[in-house]
Amino acid sequence: MSPNMTLSWVLALVPEIGLLVLLAVVLLYDRLIKPEERRRIGLVTAWGAFIILVAMIGLWIGTGEPNNATGIGESLLWGDMIRFDLAALVFRVMFLVALMLTALISLDVERLQKGEYYALLITGTIGFSLMAASADLIMVYVALETASISSYILAGFVTKEQRSSEAGMKYFVYGAFATGVMLYGMSLLYGLTAQTNLYVIGSMFLGAQGIPAEVNAVLLLAAVMIVVGFGFKISAVPFHFWTPDVYEGAPTPFTGFVSTASKAAGFAVFLRVFMAGVLGATGTPKDHPAMWWAMLVAMTIITMSLGNFVAIFQSNIKRMFAYSSIAQAGYLLIGLVTLSPDGSGATMFYLLMYIFTNIAAFGVIVIVSNRIGSDELKDFSGLSRRSPYLALVMLFALLSLSGIPPTAGFFGKFFLFRAAVDAGLWWLALIGILNAFVALYYYLSAVKYMYLYRSEEEDDPIPVSRGAKVGLAFSLFFILYLGIYAGPAFEWTREAATAFFALAG
Amino acid sequence: MIPLSWYLFVAAALFSIGLFGVLARRNAVAILMGVELMLNAVNINLVAFWRYRTPNQPIGMAWAVFVLTVAAAEAAVGLALIISIYRNRDSVVAEEMDMLKN
Repeated sequence: MSPNMTLSWVLALVPEIGLLVLLAVVLLYDRLIKPEERRRIGLVTAWGAFIILVAMIGLWIGTGEPNNATGIGESLLWGDMIRFDLAALVFRVMFLVALMLTALISLDVERLQKGEYYALLITGTIGFSLMAASADLIMVYVALETASISSYILAGFVTKEQRSSEAGMKYFVYGAFATGVMLYGMSLLYGLTAQTNLYVIGSMFLGAQGIPAEVNAVLLLAAVMIVVGFGFKISAVPFHFWTPDVYEGAPTPFTGFVSTASKAAGFAVFLRVFMAGVLGATGTPKDHPAMWWAMLVAMTIITMSLGNFVAIFQSNIKRMFAYSSIAQAGYLLIGLVTLSPDGSGATMFYLLMYIFTNIAAFGVIVIVSNRIGSDELKDFSGLSRRSPYLALVMLFALLSLSGIPPTAGFFGKFFLFRAAVDAGLWWLALIGILNAFVALYYYLSAVKYMYLYRSEEEDDPIPVSRGAKVGLAFSLFFILYLGIYAGPAFEWTREAATAFFALAG
Repeated sequence: MIPLSWYLFVAAALFSIGLFGVLARRNAVAILMGVELMLNAVNINLVAFWRYRTPNQPIGMAWAVFVLTVAAAEAAVGLALIISIYRNRDSVVAEEMDMLKN
């Protein structure tokens, strides 16, 4: 809590500062280049994100900061608004990777070759990465809105298309509503504690004996209202109504971005507020079955079951992926409700692999629908003959989403279910496994369309540009790498997740 | 002095009116107004809590200023999206936005 600004203050915000510079570069570059070279804006964004990613990891290895040995006091910077810890670093890696891959898959979509599109992706990423590091209710709110407002515009970006502006409008109405409710809950929390810093609030409740019933009631109300806002971000049932419509109507590369980075950012604040700070400090479920915990478990079960069962009946591939992403939010919540470092680490590992997997899948959808002008599932027939490479990437992405080895998704689910069993929630793991079988049905039926069904346009190959190829190959490499050699990555996320429990430890 | 609870009642009432507006109104502009009412309720809450709980620290007031600023940005984006929808289909009635359904 050093009042004087030191170098570590700047180090804590390296990715945000880098992204801000990149934002200025992209906007200027957009003014300077000729109209026929617009495609390069995306390449600049992707390279910029890559350089920031390398710089951030280089600084982490070089300086050894952040690490878990630093106390809470020293890791709180910028007037206690930001906590620079390992968890924030892991999430920032995810966001920068998501930005880079999204820029690469957006390259060849002509209506998105605009400086504003990439600028908004970058401001969204700044918002996400501040969300992951914020340690104060005010900061959580401002960062969340930075990310949300950019996302609303991106969803409605193609103003000429009725579906896109409708998606933007729906996203905006649900989003504004959810953040309004969340903000009311936060204001109650502030009134109750007279504090806004998550760690100060957490230490007030940690080990507090005999919290009066009326305080508990207000705390529960605040928790429910805050869950509305976070549940919207991660698209958990019953706050998922926007998901299918926005996923279908929004520009497809942005759909990939919102389904991964936005979900990861939602989980970052969810984990920090509920584990590190305010409400998770009340202990493990076994010795302190709080009401909000039961609510979250119910939400977990409903989210994964509803997502999977409704996904079966979808004929549009983007809608299918929307319900699939709702179901994935359910699996991810399993790690959260275990209230343990193992569970949170498993959630973070799952998010990491989910970014590679889902952006790879959306990359294929972008390229195919850019060519054939449709995103109906039946129009993916015969893809394996039109473009074996795209079909292969999609196959591995779908296998990873359904959790089949040797893909990353297998270990993602394995770590989550193991954490649940270790926490004594074996029934939750069982429901998760049963759900995974249901999910297998619709993922494999998409594979069936690509590989078994024939189409009349089989002789018409789908060209893939080099930028998109690099993006897809990068994702495919990590889908397989994390599926074969998951140990070190899981150790990393697990170690990072202990940062959430600094207060209780 | 007026007790804190009076302010909280006003804020809760305003919040409920805003909530009702968002859920029940058909016009997209009216929905936006409902959202603004909800955010104003939060502001009353924050300023009241600041005055009664932490009068010596500017936390609550600073937060209220942030809420105002962000709400203005949000309203600008919301109105822009409403205009883009209006240009496409000459209507801002929320129920008629049904292109995206199966």
